[in-house]
Amino acid sequence: MPDDSDRELLESIAEATVEALRVAETKLPDDVLERVERALEEEEDDHARMMLEAILENVRIAEEKGLPMCQDTGLITVFAEIGREFPLRLAGTIRDGIEEGIRRATEEIPLRPNVVHPISRENTGDNTGDRVPIVRFLPTKGEELRLHFLPKGFGSENSSAVTRLLPTEGLEGVREFVIKTVREAGGMPCPPIVLGVGVGGTIDEAAHLAKLALFRPLNVRNPDPEIAKLEEELLEEINRLGVGPMGLGGRTTALAVNVELAYTHTAGLPVAVNVQCWAARRATAIVYPDGFFEVTQREYPRG
Amino acid sequence: MTEHHLEVPLEKEERLTELEVGDVVYLSGTIITARDKAHQRIFEEGEEPPVDLEGAAVFHAGPVVRRVDDGYELVVIGPTTSTRMAKYLEDIVDAGVKLIVGKGGMGPDAPEVMKDRAVYLTAPGGCAALLAERVKSIREVHWLDLGVPEAIWVLEVEEFGPLIVTVDAHGNELAGE
Repeated sequence: MPDDSDRELLESIAEATVEALRVAETKLPDDVLERVERALEEEEDDHARMMLEAILENVRIAEEKGLPMCQDTGLITVFAEIGREFPLRLAGTIRDGIEEGIRRATEEIPLRPNVVHPISRENTGDNTGDRVPIVRFLPTKGEELRLHFLPKGFGSENSSAVTRLLPTEGLEGVREFVIKTVREAGGMPCPPIVLGVGVGGTIDEAAHLAKLALFRPLNVRNPDPEIAKLEEELLEEINRLGVGPMGLGGRTTALAVNVELAYTHTAGLPVAVNVQCWAARRATAIVYPDGFFEVTQREYPRG
Repeated sequence: MTEHHLEVPLEKEERLTELEVGDVVYLSGTIITARDKAHQRIFEEGEEPPVDLEGAAVFHAGPVVRRVDDGYELVVIGPTTSTRMAKYLEDIVDAGVKLIVGKGGMGPDAPEVMKDRAVYLTAPGGCAALLAERVKSIREVHWLDLGVPEAIWVLEVEEFGPLIVTVDAHGNELAGE
């Protein structure tokens, strides 16, 4: 049984979850907003301009009125970085705190209840269910618990894809798969999109890396210069496709491409592409051992 | 870009032919939300639709709503992916729906199926706070047992848009390269 200090910490985690989700749902991170503004400056197509202007006006209204910017308030993924000095006796109940926070956020913000049984499609009504929220625990140094939230809509999630390339297909194969995924998605994922690309590991690890990549701010490139170059080249190539905002044509189809790598088996090359709509929502709650917490949109998990 | 202001449900069908791909439309009057499960219930399970579809504007959307004392209050609303409803397109046009509002297009058959009969309009995706400002009230809700997103919400709207004509009634479609 948790003692009183554990219970207080659990309450802090729940409240930190509500506040992080409130920020994530109602305020577009600055790095994303800057990219949308830049897209509008560079756009010449009338329809594309109209869509980008609607996005910017929408972001302004949502922040001003504290409303979710998109009605698809998403399925919630959390990357929880547990510092090695954080009171670990609580590790099993961190998840309980997050779930309690999500139930409260669903009522308070409010969020749309999106979580259903995969087969019967019955809605749980509170955005939680077996294994949902999806919580990935990542060990890290320090004494804080960092909860990185990514509430993600399914228009874009449904456009995501995984594949197993042959080792000989290499970098060219990766590029082709990313471009094919974007071309097939068209206007479905609410472009301008952000792409998270995971390369290597196993098939599930590649998909995990693609999601991890979506947490990274759009103005931060992969620290490996070769991969950073790949990110820039893919972005240019995607923006030459002409899909444009909402798929109606135009210059900006993607705002950024973030790629993460893991080493893999000599016989394979798993690749995953996670597509994110323009509403690239995220927020981090940093919870300290004394229960104090703060919320920011500038932190991200390093994996 | 020609701008049109339409009253919905549409009473005069000829107004459809005025709309050309790329035109901008604002709707005032009554619109009806429906998505996967509502379509399935009507067209696969054969249940009578709880609303009149003749001349109707159907919005592929599932809102965020808040429970209040005497019912529900709309928080935000925006379009969902229309291609999920593409398999019911022929059925819904046969049922008399004249305007379909959503995002991401209506599938490859849309220009042919909708020719002379209906128009598809793209709403700005994810712009749920902006579009909610154009919704005056929730008039009715049906089939809440399907869950909040999948229920049929009947909404009173004013100058709802901007919506871009993506498939017109002349067999044309607007799309990116």
